[in-house]
Order: sequence, then structure tokens, then C-alpha cells
Amino acid sequence: MSLQLMTYLVVGATFGLYIFIAIKARAATTGEFYVAGKGVHPVLNGMATGADWMSAASFISMAGLIAFKGYDASVFLMGWTGGYCLLAMLLAPYLRKYGKFTVPEFIGDRYYSNVARVVAVICLITASLTYVIGQMKGIGVAFSRFLELPFETGLFVGMAIVFFYAVLGGMKGVTYTQIAQYCVLIFAYTVPAVFISLHLTGTPVPQLGLGAHMGGDPNNLFLLDKLDKTLVDLGFHEYTLQKGNTLNIFLYTLSLMIGTAGLPHVITRFFTVPKVKDARSSVGWSLVFIAILYTTAPAVGAMARLNLMETIHPTTGAEANKFIKYQDTPSWFKNWEGTHLLVWVDKNNDGRIDYAAGDPFKGKPDVLKDESGKDKRGALGQLLVKNELKTNKNELYVDKDIMVLANPEIAKLPNWVIALVAAGGIAAALSTAAGLLLAISSSISHDLLKGIVAPNMSDKAELMAGRIAMAGAICVAGYFGLHPPGFAAQVVALAFGLAASSIFPALMMGIFVKRVNNIGAVLGMLSGLGITLVYIFWFKGWFFIPGTAMAANTPANWFLGIAPEAFGAVGALVNFIVAYVISGITPAPPEHIQHLVEDIRVPGVVRR
Amino acid sequence: MSSDSGGEYWKANIRLVLGCLVVWFVVSYGCGILLAPALNSIHILGGYPLGFWFAQQGSIYTFVVLIFFYAWRMNQLDKKFGVQED
Repeated sequence: MSLQLMTYLVVGATFGLYIFIAIKARAATTGEFYVAGKGVHPVLNGMATGADWMSAASFISMAGLIAFKGYDASVFLMGWTGGYCLLAMLLAPYLRKYGKFTVPEFIGDRYYSNVARVVAVICLITASLTYVIGQMKGIGVAFSRFLELPFETGLFVGMAIVFFYAVLGGMKGVTYTQIAQYCVLIFAYTVPAVFISLHLTGTPVPQLGLGAHMGGDPNNLFLLDKLDKTLVDLGFHEYTLQKGNTLNIFLYTLSLMIGTAGLPHVITRFFTVPKVKDARSSVGWSLVFIAILYTTAPAVGAMARLNLMETIHPTTGAEANKFIKYQDTPSWFKNWEGTHLLVWVDKNNDGRIDYAAGDPFKGKPDVLKDESGKDKRGALGQLLVKNELKTNKNELYVDKDIMVLANPEIAKLPNWVIALVAAGGIAAALSTAAGLLLAISSSISHDLLKGIVAPNMSDKAELMAGRIAMAGAICVAGYFGLHPPGFAAQVVALAFGLAASSIFPALMMGIFVKRVNNIGAVLGMLSGLGITLVYIFWFKGWFFIPGTAMAANTPANWFLGIAPEAFGAVGALVNFIVAYVISGITPAPPEHIQHLVEDIRVPGVVRR
Repeated sequence: MSSDSGGEYWKANIRLVLGCLVVWFVVSYGCGILLAPALNSIHILGGYPLGFWFAQQGSIYTFVVLIFFYAWRMNQLDKKFGVQED
């Protein structure tokens, strides 16, 4: 069977499954629409959270990021998992005890302030919308790459599927499809990893293979030592050693952890379990399911990097210790050139692919085309680019996404595994998109409409408003997926910065510091948010408008070497201090709010 | 439940959370970042430099264990202080 047909069958089968679940899990009440009727088993909720959390970026880009950054990519591994400890111990059980539907609702009630609620809604919508644009793009890219459909067609199919189960089923439909999507994506991620680990180290467990000897033979070098050696020989930095500044790595990790714990679409998932006790264990289960992918990714990254190095600069055979001749490259190399994710420019005209540290040219490849719109090819059949070449020796451009996408081909795995990777990437993007869209639509229908504009709305009308808001959110996300604003790539910094500097501190203080009042909380959120946004905009341009940056986004310009992405932790600290100090010099919260805090601190009913 | 035992329950909870967060900090920011260069001279599970292992594997495993430990201890505290649900 051809790969194309196989991919259609596998992706089509997963879509059939999602639609089947959507029909089975329709929402009849607002409780079902917002929090799946609070009846989701903690283990199943853990799986759904795993799919909700692991986006197209986790599935496709993270292993590549690790492959090229080595140790320094640990900020993502620790940052995106350690946040779950904060969530389990500081937020999830208490918010579940509170027992309402949305995150802004808690902030509004706890700080007895509609202003606080609206600030939370704005943060939530901005963070979620920027995040969802990336997922929509991911769906389009996965379709165009694997099914060779136009990007737009892929996007519309993805929108239709999400529309079907999210509008119909709300949180209930989203939860059960996410469980199915988790199974698809984790299977698709681990199968190629197991094969590659077996191939390189003889160990089927990638987490152990990464520490094993090459080929499983104790006489050989350890895989990581070999990788370090291979890289250093060619002038790259050691894979296992730190390259960046320690303060930046520290704060970057902290910002991602706090941001993870403060992302509303993740927090809301723990509103769906039956009890406080379940919320605690369910965060643990979520991290189990996430950790399966996150501990496999370092192995995939390192092994893919080693495979790449061995292909370009083999250490054995007749051509040992020379760069490979272009015409000798394996078929996967030529296949992926077609996607413009791999580009070779022969700077020294020796017909060999010289690979060294640094980018071969400026920016992303801008490939030359002939009159019929096909890629122009050089004398040896290589792509030709218009980009301005850099003066270094490196001749190879490798997009990080290729490390996961081309993995099955590099490891010579059968076609069904490649088809599975396509279905997995789409599942990862769809599940995250649905979770984000749900957070957006419930904050519109529940917090803005029911909470502020029309408090007397009936349950039925609110449910309808929720569905309409969801449909609207899907259309907006789809529009931005088709016409991505310039800032789409900056989404990680923005979403995590917002969540870390505004939402997390407001929630945590709402539970742990009884004395924090409405004025303190609002000023805290605004100052934390303000300083973080200013810092990001300073280096990336005001509202990400190109050319408006106040300083070049380079480590030399950063305050104490802190990257804009790492600044959320500083914003959170500012938020904590401002809220605490201002609350101390303004009146204490009213008695009923103090009782509310006492109530959410214990799982059972408080009798006074 | 009297407000007094509520206070004790909350104090026990804070102690547990602080203890867990110390471990959380030590495995990630300690072993995985600040002490990683020093720990890298030790190798475990074959060829893993210890600091690198903590940063890309060990901290994640510890986080998982930590959350389940916390959940288990909290359930015990709930029962001890009689504040569990139903």
C-alpha cells in the first residue's frame, strides 16, 4: 500500500473515532459544557490533561529543540513538567473545592471585584488565542506535509472536526476525545523512539538507551560521550554541557513552571473531577502521562542528532571522517529537501556537505522557483536559495522540526509508522486547540455574559451562548491560522509571560494569603503583567510590530542576561510584592471573603 | 470542625507543601542547574552525567513521585483532622 493511502486511512480512522466520541458525549447542561458534569475519573482526566497540554510544538518541535540545544533545552523539560508540582500543591485542589466553572470566576469572587475578573478574562483570552493560532497552523502544516493537501484545506478540515466535538460536547466532548487523542499521540511518539533506541543501543527503552553504550557493546563509547565527541570534533558545543548564562536558565525554567501552573486551560481540567482528593491525584496522573513523552523526547533528540551527524560526517566506512558527498545522501535527505526543511548550499564548491556551527545563511530558506512554480535545482540537484550567505563554513540548514518528522524514515521504519506520526501530530494539535477554545468560550459566555452583562440568563440560554462563543472562537482562530499575524512565533513568551505574571500569583495569594484584598490583587496583576509585557515588547517590538523594538533581542542587551521568555518569573515576583504591600495599607477583605478562603482550604464542609 | 483544628490542619498542610517544594527545588534548580556542572563528573545508569540526567530525566521522575506522595499525605491529614469529603 502506498504511504499516501496508508496515511489517509490512519488519519481518517482517528477522525472517525473523534466524531464517534463527539456524538456519544453531547453536553445537555452548562455543568456538562463547562466542567463535564464534574464526573471525570482522575486517571482519565490525567490522560485528557496530557493531550490538552502537549501541543503540536511538544510533539513536533521539542525533540528537535533538544537535539540542537542539548543541555540548554532542559529548561523546557523541567519547566513544562515542574509546573505540575505547583499546580498539585498550590492551586488545583483548592480551586476544585471552590467548585465553580472558570478561573476568572474564582478571581472575581475571591477579590469581590468585577475589575479583577475582567483583567483575568483579558489575560486568559490573550494567552489562549495566541496559543491556539499556533495549533491551527500546526494542523494545516501536518495536513500539507503528510497528505499533500493545500494548507487551507487542512486547516478547514481541522476546524470542522474541532467544531463538531467542541460545540456539541463542550468540556464533556473535549475530555473524551482528548483521551483518545492522548492514546494516538503517545503511541505515535514512542514507537519510532523505541525502534531508534534499539537500532543505536540495542535497548528498547529510550530512557535507558540514552545512557547506554553504542550498539549495546560495553567496548564501545557511551552514546552521550560519542555525541559530545562528534560535536566537539566538528566545532560544536558539547551536547551535555551548559552553554547559556546560569541566571537566565534558572529564571527561564521558573517562568515556564509558574506559567504552566497558571495557564487557564490546564487549571480548568481539574474542575472536572468529582472530589478534592481526585484533583490532587489527577495532577499526578497528568504528569505521569506527560512524563512518558517528556522523558522520551531527550532520547529522541540526542539519537536523532547523532544519526544526523553520522549521516553527514560518518565515523566508519570508506568515507570515514569526511563530509558526505551530496549525491551519496540517503533518500530521506532528498525527500525532506522537497519540504524546504533541509537545505544545502555548497559554499566551497566541493560537492560535499560541510557541517559546522552557526547558520549557513540569514533567515529561513527562500527557495528559488522556475516559471512553473517548481523548485529550481542546482547542478547536483540541490535546492537553490536567495538568502544572503553567512561567512562561516556551515553549508547545511536543518529545521528543528525534521528531527521528529523524519525520524521514522531515518530509522528505516515501515510506512504505517510514518502514517502514525502524521495522525499523532494532528491529534496533539487538535486536542490542545480544543482545550484552549473551550477556555476562551467559557470565559466569554460564563464570565462576561452571565457574570457581568446578563446575570439573570437561564441555564439554557447560557449553554447556547457557550456554543455560539465556541463557534466564534473557532472562526477567529481559523482566520488567524490562515492569516497569521507577525507575532505568531512569539506566542510562547507571551502566553507563559501572561500566565506567570498575572494569573498564577492572583490565584495563589487568593488561597494562601487571606489578607490580600481587591485593590492589592488588581494592582498586583496589572504591575506584574505590565512589567513583563514591557520587557517582552522592548526586545520584540511594541505589540510585536516589526521595527518598533527598543533594543536588539540579543543576550548582550538583556537586563542581567535575562531573555524576554524568561522574564515571567520576575513579573510574578513584582505581582506578589505589589499585592502584598498594597493590601497591607488598605482595608482587609470583608468577613464573607475571609470565610470563603477558610472554606476552600479544607476538602470537607466547614461548620461554624 | 472547630476553627482551632482547622488552624492545625492548615499548618500541617503548609509544612508538607514546604517540604515537598524543597525537594522540588533541589532536584531541578539544585541538581539540574546550579550543581549540574559539579555533578556531571559522576555517571549513573551507564553513561549519563549526573547533572545532565537530573536536568533531562531525574527531575521529571521526582516531580511525579512528589505529587503522589503529597496526595497520599494530604489524604492522611484530611482523615486525621476529620476534614475529608463526606
